[in-house]
Amino acid sequence: MPESEFAVELAGITKRFPGVVANDDIALRVRRGQVHAICGENGAGKSTLMKILYGIQQPDEGTISVDGAVVGFRSPSDAIKAGIGMVHQHFMLADNLTVAENILLGAEALHGIGGGARKRIAELAHVVGLETDPGVLVESLGVADRQRVEIVKVLYRGARTIILDEPTSVLVPQEVDELFDTVRGMRAEGFTFLFISHKLDEVRAIADQITVIRRGTSVGTADPRTVTTRQLAEMMVGSELPSPQTRESTVTDREVLRVEGLELAGDGGGRPLLAGVDLVVHAGEVLGIAGVEGNGQTELVEAIMGIRRAGGTVVVGGRDVSRASTLARREAGIGYIPEDRTRYGLLATQPLWANRMLGYQSRPPVARGGFLGLLDRGAARRDTERIIAEFDVRTPGPDVAAAALSGGNQQKLVVGRELSGDPVLLIASHPTRGVDVGAQAGIWDVLARARARGLAVLLISADLDELIGLSDSIKVMFRGRLVADADPSTVTPEQLGSAMTGAAMTGAAMTGAAGTGTATTDAGATGRHRRAHPGQGAR
Amino acid sequence: MTATAARPTVSPPASRRRVPGWARTMLVVAAGLVILSVTATLTGQLQLTSRGTTQAAVLLLLPILFAGLGGLWAERAGVVNIGLEGMMILGTWGAAWAGYQWGPWAAVLGGLIFGALGGLLHAVATVTFTVNHIVSGVAITLLGLGVTKYLSTLLFLPVSQNPRQSPRVEGFDTYSVQPLSDGLAAVEAEQRVLLSDVAGILGGLVSGLTPLVVLGFALVPISYLVLWRTRFGLRLRSTGENPVAAESLGVAVVTYKYIAVVASGALAGLGGAALTLNPGQLGYLEGQTGGRGYIGLAAMIFGNWRPGGLLAGSALFGYVDGVQLRAGGEAVHALLYGATILAAALAVLWVARRQWRPAVVALVAGAVVYGLYQTIDTVPREFAAYAPQLVTLLVLAVASQRLRPPAAVGEEYRKGEGD
Amino acid sequence: MKRIRTVLLPPALAIVFAALLCAVALVISGDSPLTALGAMITQVGEGTTAVDIINSGAIYYVAALAVAIGFQMKLFNIGIEGQFRLAACVAAIVGGALVLPPVIHTIVIILVAAAVGALWAGIAALLKAYRGVSEVISTIMLNFIATGLIAFLIRRDTFGLLQGNNISTAPIPESGRFPGISLGSSGTIFGMVFVAALLGVGYWYMLGRTRFGFELRASGESPTAATAGGVDARRMVIIALLLSGAVAGLVGIPELVGRDFAYTLTSPQGYGFTGIAVALLGRNHPVGIALGALLWAFLDKSALALDNVGVPREIVLIMQGSVVLSVVVAYEIVRRYELAAEQRRVSAQLRAVPVPEQQEVRS
Repeated sequence: MPESEFAVELAGITKRFPGVVANDDIALRVRRGQVHAICGENGAGKSTLMKILYGIQQPDEGTISVDGAVVGFRSPSDAIKAGIGMVHQHFMLADNLTVAENILLGAEALHGIGGGARKRIAELAHVVGLETDPGVLVESLGVADRQRVEIVKVLYRGARTIILDEPTSVLVPQEVDELFDTVRGMRAEGFTFLFISHKLDEVRAIADQITVIRRGTSVGTADPRTVTTRQLAEMMVGSELPSPQTRESTVTDREVLRVEGLELAGDGGGRPLLAGVDLVVHAGEVLGIAGVEGNGQTELVEAIMGIRRAGGTVVVGGRDVSRASTLARREAGIGYIPEDRTRYGLLATQPLWANRMLGYQSRPPVARGGFLGLLDRGAARRDTERIIAEFDVRTPGPDVAAAALSGGNQQKLVVGRELSGDPVLLIASHPTRGVDVGAQAGIWDVLARARARGLAVLLISADLDELIGLSDSIKVMFRGRLVADADPSTVTPEQLGSAMTGAAMTGAAMTGAAGTGTATTDAGATGRHRRAHPGQGAR
Repeated sequence: MTATAARPTVSPPASRRRVPGWARTMLVVAAGLVILSVTATLTGQLQLTSRGTTQAAVLLLLPILFAGLGGLWAERAGVVNIGLEGMMILGTWGAAWAGYQWGPWAAVLGGLIFGALGGLLHAVATVTFTVNHIVSGVAITLLGLGVTKYLSTLLFLPVSQNPRQSPRVEGFDTYSVQPLSDGLAAVEAEQRVLLSDVAGILGGLVSGLTPLVVLGFALVPISYLVLWRTRFGLRLRSTGENPVAAESLGVAVVTYKYIAVVASGALAGLGGAALTLNPGQLGYLEGQTGGRGYIGLAAMIFGNWRPGGLLAGSALFGYVDGVQLRAGGEAVHALLYGATILAAALAVLWVARRQWRPAVVALVAGAVVYGLYQTIDTVPREFAAYAPQLVTLLVLAVASQRLRPPAAVGEEYRKGEGD
Repeated sequence: MKRIRTVLLPPALAIVFAALLCAVALVISGDSPLTALGAMITQVGEGTTAVDIINSGAIYYVAALAVAIGFQMKLFNIGIEGQFRLAACVAAIVGGALVLPPVIHTIVIILVAAAVGALWAGIAALLKAYRGVSEVISTIMLNFIATGLIAFLIRRDTFGLLQGNNISTAPIPESGRFPGISLGSSGTIFGMVFVAALLGVGYWYMLGRTRFGFELRASGESPTAATAGGVDARRMVIIALLLSGAVAGLVGIPELVGRDFAYTLTSPQGYGFTGIAVALLGRNHPVGIALGALLWAFLDKSALALDNVGVPREIVLIMQGSVVLSVVVAYEIVRRYELAAEQRRVSAQLRAVPVPEQQEVRS
C-alpha cells in the first residue's frame, strides 16, 4: 500500500461549545518528515484542534486522516495506536512517581515493567538528551528535563507524529535551542512534528511550513523562508497588530512601593526562591518584571501581598507593611490582579456582586463597619454595576455567577474590582493571560489611564510586547534576584529574552543590576555567565 | 505540577540517612523493645512484655490493620474513605450472620462481601456522582449503623433473643508455631532482663494465631508488591497522583478507582470479621467497632501511606489497646514511664542532629508525662479504656507535618476535564 | 424562584427515593408500607407526639447548625457528639453546685455549656491550624475521650451522686431551670426551643450579612482565592471550629434545663450524628435545616407507632441513612444540571445582544 505523503490531514474540522465555535471548517495537511507549525493568537482554537487530533475531543464535523486512511479517534488510546503522540503545554506528570513510572504508565504491555522497559527507556532518553536516572522522582526534575520525559513518553509508545503544544513557553532560550536541535535530529530520522506556538520568531526558525489559525478557522499557509514575522502576525490577527503604547512619561518622584532585601528560603533547603530583591516603584510609574516563569516572580508577588512570609522589608505609601497581614496590606492601598484568576481571584459559584466583596470585606463601600463587621450588599451590587459599565464587562447583570462569564470578562471584572478601592499600588500579574484580543486591548487602556492618574504599577508578564509597551522601566528576574535593568524605549525582545537566561548583559539598552552588589555569577548557572559591568549601558 | 509554575532544577533532597530503609526499621524496633523492657523491669509491670499481652495486642491490632489497609488502597487511588467505620460495621454483621450458620471461614467471606458492598456504594457516590468524599463516608457510616441494626432485629433477635447481639459464632482454632513457641515460653519464664521481654513479645507473635491473623500480616507485603511492583498497581496509584495525566495515557481511571474503593470496603469488612472472630469475644455486638475504622485511617497517616508504616502504626495502637485490656490501669500507668524514656531518647536524638526546637519540645513533654506518672498511681479505668484514641491524637499531632499523601487524594475527578 | 428550586428539589428527590427504598425493604420483610406510613402519620395527632417532635426538632436543629458552621468552610466537625455531651455534663455539675438568682443561674449554665463545647472543639481546632491534623479524625478521637472523661466525672468519688439505682450529677435547683410552655396533656414545649430559633436567625444573619460569614463561605469555596482576598486561613479555622463547638455545647441544654435537670450515664446521646445528617439534608441553609430537623424528629417518633403495628422500628434508621446518602447524590445531579443550564442561558443572552464577535475559548 503506497504510503501517503501526508502524515496527517484534517479537513472541514468543526467543533462547537456552548456559546462559541472553537473550530470552524479547519483544513490542515502535514507532510511526513516535516516540522509543521500552527500559529494563532490566544483563543484562536489551536489547542482545541490538537485535542481533536489526539482524541481527547471529537469533532462535530470533518475528517481526520492518518497516512491517507480516514480514522476516528474515540480516545487518546486510539490516537496513540495510530502513531500520534502529544506533548502537552501543561505537563501531565505525576510528581510522586518516578521518571520510569511516568513513562511506562498505560503502556506496560509494550515492554513490561522490568528490565526490558528500562532498556528501551534508556535508548529513547539518549535520543532526546535526557540524562537523569529513571528511578528518580519527577518532582525533582527541572522544566526542560520534564519536557524531555514527556517526549520520551510519546516515543515509548511508538509515535511517529508528535504534537508539541507551546513547548517553548517555559524554556529559557538556551533550552529552546537544545529542543530545536533534538527536533531537527528526530526529523532527520523520519519523525513528523506539529509545532503549536504563537512565538513567531521561533516558528520561523524551526518550521518547514506554517498554517495560521484565526478565530477558529484556518486562514492560510505560509513558507517560513519567505514570510516575515510582521506578515505572519497580521495573518494571525487579521488587522493591524495591537500593541500597548504609553507615550509621555508620567513617572513622579513619590515612592509608592519600596522593597528591600526580600528573601524567601527554598523548600527543603534548596536554592532560595527570593535571594535579596530590592526595588522601588514611583507614583505614575509602571515597573515591568521580565523573566521566565519559575524564577521567583510568583513568590515576589506573594511576598509583597503577604501571602507568603518573607524576610526583608516592604513599604507601601510610606507604611511599613512587612509584618502586616494580607488584608492590612490591601487596606494600605494595594490592588492585586492575580496570575490565575480562577484560583486566586474569583469565587466561581458566587454572583458578581459577592465577588466584588472579595478583598474588600473590611472597607467601605462594601463594609458597613461596626463590631459585627456588617456588609452592605446593596452598595456592593451598585458598585458592581458601575464596574460592569465602566469596564465593559459583558454580562446580563451582577447576579450572574462568575463561572458563567468568559475569561476575558472575568478578567475585566477583576481589574475593575482591584482599581475600585482607589489603590496607590497595583500589582498586575500576567493581566492579559488567557484573555481574548479585544479584552486585552481594553485592559491595557485601563492600565495606561490609571498610570496617568498617578497609580504605581508592578507588572509581571511573560508577554514581552506587553512588558515593553506598557512599562516605564523593566527589570529582569532570574533565580530569585533582579539581575538586569532595561530601557523599554530601546530594548528589543531578543535582548530581553537573552537577559532572562542570565546571560551577559550587553547592548545599549541593558544595564547590569548595579549598586546593589548582586553578584550575577551563580555557581549553578548555565556557565557562560559574566559579571555585569555597571556603566556599560551608558549612552 | 503544571509546567508553567515549575521550579528551576532542585537538587534531590540530601539523603539524611546513609542507612538503608530496612536497617533503619530494625533499629527503631530494637529501640522500642529496649524501652519497653526497661520500663517493664523498672516499674515491675511485667505484663507489658508478656506473651498474653502481645497476643491480645495482635488480636486488637488486626481490625485496625485491615482498616488501615483499606484506607491505603482507597487513598492511593485518590479517594478518601471515612466510611471505613461503616464498612467495618457491615463486615462485623456479615461475618456474624454467615458465621453462626456456616462456620468461621464463611464468616470471613461474609465480612468481606458486606464490607465490599459498602465500598461499592461509596465508589458510586464519589466516583460516579463526584460527591464530596468525606460527606459520602459519613453518610455510609450512618447507613451502616442503620442497616445492621435493622437486620439484627430482623434476623438475630429471633435466634439470640437480643437485637444487639448475634447468636454464638464459632471461631477459628488457634495454633502456635512449634517448637518455637514453647522455646520462647521457656525463655520468658526465666525472667531474664531484656531476653525474657523479647521472648515474651516474640512468643505472643507466634502463638494463639488464627488464619485471619496470618492473612492480615500477609496482606501487608502483598499490598506493597501489588501496588508498587505490578502494572495494575502503577495504574491504580497514578489515578491517585494525577488522574488527568493517567487518563491521557489511556488508563481507565474510573475503573481503577472503583476497584480500589471496593477493595477498600472489602478490607474494612475483613476488619469487621476480625472483630467478630476475636477469640476473646466471638460474635457481633452492637458498637463493637469502637472507632477502629478511624484509628485505621490514623495508622495509615502515621505510616505515610505505605504498608510498612501502616503496620507500625497499627502495632502501636493495638499494643496500647492490648495493654489496657489485659493489664488494666496500672499497666497503662507504667506506659507513661515508658513514654518519658521515649521523650528523653528523642530529645537526645534531636540534640545530636542540632534540631533544637523539637528537642526542647520533647524534653518539656517528657517532663510533663513524668510529672503525671508521679502524681497518679494508676490511670483511671475510664481513661485507660480510651488510651488508644488518646495515643492516636498525640501521634497525629506530632507526626502530621512531614507527610506525603497521594497528590490528588480527595479531589473530585471528572472524566475529560484535562487542561 | 430558581434558587428555591435548586434548594428544595434535591431533598425532595432524596426523600422520595429513600421512602421507596424503605417501602421495598418492608415489602420484602412481609410488612405493608402503607400501614406503616399510616401509623406514622396518625401518631402525630395523638398524645404528646406533636410537642415531642417540636422539642426534638429544636435539638436536632441546634446540632445541625453547629455542623453547618463548620461545613461552610469544608471543615467536618464530627465531634459534635462529644462536645455536646461533655458540655451537658459539665454544665449539669456546675449548675448543681452553684447557688444563684433564677434567670442568672440558667444563663450561667448555658454559657458554661457553650464554653465547654468550644473548648473541646478548640483542641481539634488548634491541632488542625497548627499541626495540620485532619479535624475529622481528631474530633472523632475526642468523642471517645469525652466518653471516658464523662464516665470519670460522673463517678461517685468525683461529682456523681447515687439517685435511686442511677448515678447522676447533683440536681439543678429551680433557679437554674428553664420554664417551658405547657399545652396541658399535649406536653410541654421546651423554653430552649425559642433559643434555638434565635440561633437559626443569628446563623442566617451571620452568614449573609457579616464579614465573618462572607470569609467563611469564601474559604470553603476557594481557599486560594480567599487568601488572596485577605482572609487569614488559620484564624478562620480556629474561629469556625470554636463557634461550631460553642453551638454544639448547647445541644444538650434543652433537655438538661427543661426536663432532666441532671446528667446521668443514660442521658441522651447520638445527637451529634443526627446533626450531621440534618445539616446535609438541609444543605447548610437555615430554613432547610429546620425542615430537615422536623422531618428527622418525625421519623424518630414514628418508632413507637411502628412497634404498635408490628413493623421493625429500625426501618426508620435505614430511611434516615439512605436519605442522607441520596440527598448528597441528588444535590450533585441538580448542581451539574443547573450549572450547564446557566452557562447556556448566559451565552444565549449575550448572543442576543449584537456585539462584535467574541472569540473566547480556552486554548
